Amino acid sequence: MDAKMYPIIMVLVCALVTALLRLLPFFVFSGKRKTPEIINYLGRVLPYAIMGMLVVYCLKGMSFAESPFGIPEIIASAVVVLLHVFKGNTLLSICAGTIVYMVFVQVIF
Amino acid sequence: MVLGFGFGIITVEAGYGFFIALLMSVLIYAGSMQYVLVSLLTGGASIVSCAVTTLMVNARHLFYGVSMVDKYKNAGKKKPYLMFALTDETYSLVCRGERPEGVDFHTFSLVMSVMNHLYWIAGTVLGALTGAFVNINFAGVDFAMTALFITVFVEQWKGTKNHIPALIGVFASVLCLVLFGKDNFLIPSMALISVCLSFGRKMIDKKEAA
Repeated sequence: MDAKMYPIIMVLVCALVTALLRLLPFFVFSGKRKTPEIINYLGRVLPYAIMGMLVVYCLKGMSFAESPFGIPEIIASAVVVLLHVFKGNTLLSICAGTIVYMVFVQVIF
Repeated sequence: MVLGFGFGIITVEAGYGFFIALLMSVLIYAGSMQYVLVSLLTGGASIVSCAVTTLMVNARHLFYGVSMVDKYKNAGKKKPYLMFALTDETYSLVCRGERPEGVDFHTFSLVMSVMNHLYWIAGTVLGALTGAFVNINFAGVDFAMTALFITVFVEQWKGTKNHIPALIGVFASVLCLVLFGKDNFLIPSMALISVCLSFGRKMIDKKEAA
């Protein structure tokens, strides 16, 4: 595939799937048809599991075998978790965690 | 807005132009997925894995739609955009429904949706410009995505007593990461998660009722 077209096609695919997900219920469940139980169930539990997966996905590049042994990730993640548990301010947690991480990878390692 | 800003910086830092960042925020308009997409792009993922990942990461939007079917039923000309703009933020704003006296629900929802979209786009543009023209070493800024997901995870964890789904998500993914390696583990993880959630339904429901 053309290197220039690749990102554009990927964006379009992603946009299409996202739009489909948002529009589909309006066409499928517009009449009297009731939402199936399994859909309701997955709607309740899937977001928790997927967020867990995304956290793992973000940290997949961590390597314990070679320097810096995942230390920047572990410490920055701990900062985010602790701040968020005790302060509950999304912006603060994200900014502080990111700055800690940037300092680690730029200055220390 | 701030998340849009971070997204703009990350996209430009990853080597994609201003145009791609803008295109994503206008057309996709889904915060977390756009962050994931940038990393899929840098990793050179296939179109199929892009589609499947979008399907899983944004599956929750299906449920926003389900719950708004009745409310948006008679929105007329506003309906197509209202359906398209049903993001996490819009959904939570529209659901809370603290609208000023005398304002029609559909007009209120439309204004909320448009404002949200514009803020998101403005954030992206500012971030992309900052990333392109401000000469700071942004190495490591992509951790913002990790931090974002961790905060959502913590928030969800605090909001429920039933931690089984969250734990399934983490352990299934780690298992697949070990088995399939970091470039190919997303799709197996999503499959394993769906299987575990479906088969564990009785147990999870019971815990929820408790």
